[in-house]
Amino acid sequence: MERIPILKMGQFLLVTIQVDMHDRLALTLQDDLTEQIVKSRAHGVLIDISALEMVDSFIGRMLSNIANMARLLDAQTVVVGMQPSVAITLVELGLPMKGIRTALDVEKGMQTLRMYLGMNDHGQDGDGSAEI
Amino acid sequence: MLDTGNRLHEIIRKDEEGLLKDWIALQANTSGRRMTAVEEKQLQTNAGEFLAMMRQASQEGGYDISKPEWSGVRDFLTQLSAARARAGSTPVETAMFVFSLKEPLFNRLRRESKDAETLADESWKATLLLDRLGLLTMEAFQKSREEVIARQQQELLELSTPVVRLWDNILALPLIGTLDSARTQVVMQNLLEAIVQTRSDIAVIDITGVPTVDTLVAQHLLKTVAAARLMGADCIISGIRPQIAQTIIHLGVNLEDVTTKATLADAFAVALKRTGYGVFRLKNSGGNASQEA
Repeated sequence: MERIPILKMGQFLLVTIQVDMHDRLALTLQDDLTEQIVKSRAHGVLIDISALEMVDSFIGRMLSNIANMARLLDAQTVVVGMQPSVAITLVELGLPMKGIRTALDVEKGMQTLRMYLGMNDHGQDGDGSAEI
Repeated sequence: MLDTGNRLHEIIRKDEEGLLKDWIALQANTSGRRMTAVEEKQLQTNAGEFLAMMRQASQEGGYDISKPEWSGVRDFLTQLSAARARAGSTPVETAMFVFSLKEPLFNRLRRESKDAETLADESWKATLLLDRLGLLTMEAFQKSREEVIARQQQELLELSTPVVRLWDNILALPLIGTLDSARTQVVMQNLLEAIVQTRSDIAVIDITGVPTVDTLVAQHLLKTVAAARLMGADCIISGIRPQIAQTIIHLGVNLEDVTTKATLADAFAVALKRTGYGVFRLKNSGGNASQEA
């Protein structure tokens, strides 16, 4: 069965979505991710959607759901690498994804998480992200 | 007896020179101003060509300008009025090119026709024909004007939305002119692409040049801010004039989620602070020794 890989990077989990999402895949991802968060005791989740050219309300809601689930398990979620056209679509759809942190790319997403979790490792004191 | 379709053709063929002369003289009079030599020459060529084309078209096509025989005349007129619109002729001048042909043509019809009934009949047909040609001229004129307007709109759209890099990871977007939906789309796209390109964290949207902010403009601004946030960049809105601040509050627009500053300088200072920079005065020359941004 098709699965979206979840990579562990230090204290964070990295999910890279590269295929079209459908219901089954989304549910599997939710299952896998929640399990992984508990198992690895991660405090941060990065979801990389830079490969997604198209986003609909379903994916928007799925991302919100995942972020909220992760929060219940004490992990912060950052969605990274959103394409400009995707951002415009989401705004036009009226789905500004409340409660999700975003960052431009994985690197900046990690900075955000580190900062949020108080792991100030290389003296970066700027706010690398925006909270919605 | 000539058949009706060829009466027009007959008249033009018989006295093309005279008709042309009368027609041009009439046009020169009705234009209300003296034509330059170049203009007159141009008019002469155009009129001569047009009359020759009409002679040919009326021979086969009769009075029906939708027939393929008339396509040459139609194309000629379309091109002519488009050229005139570009050159800045008035609509009246352009239309008079065709309509002024009526008088010399009717004069000749009157001379040729034997009885009143034929005359009325012929005049009516010729009027219809020339009216249609005149309308065609106007349509082409209007169309080429509209093309000019559309092109200028497009140019305006491209001109008016620069994204400026102020510092590492700080962008500025000085907006000038009213924001409508089409412009918001372009602004949004430009901003988001610049954010990706420069990997910026903060974008300052400066609305000093926006004359009025109504609910629609505010909504467009909020949309832009929301889209930038989805990309991971924070927005600061600056350049809010006192009058506009009042309007925004009276309209009940909620800008509470967005950082707003009165001037671009203030916004830049905040942006620098957030990215970990500051501005200091190097030499103490009276006044405040340093001003931290």
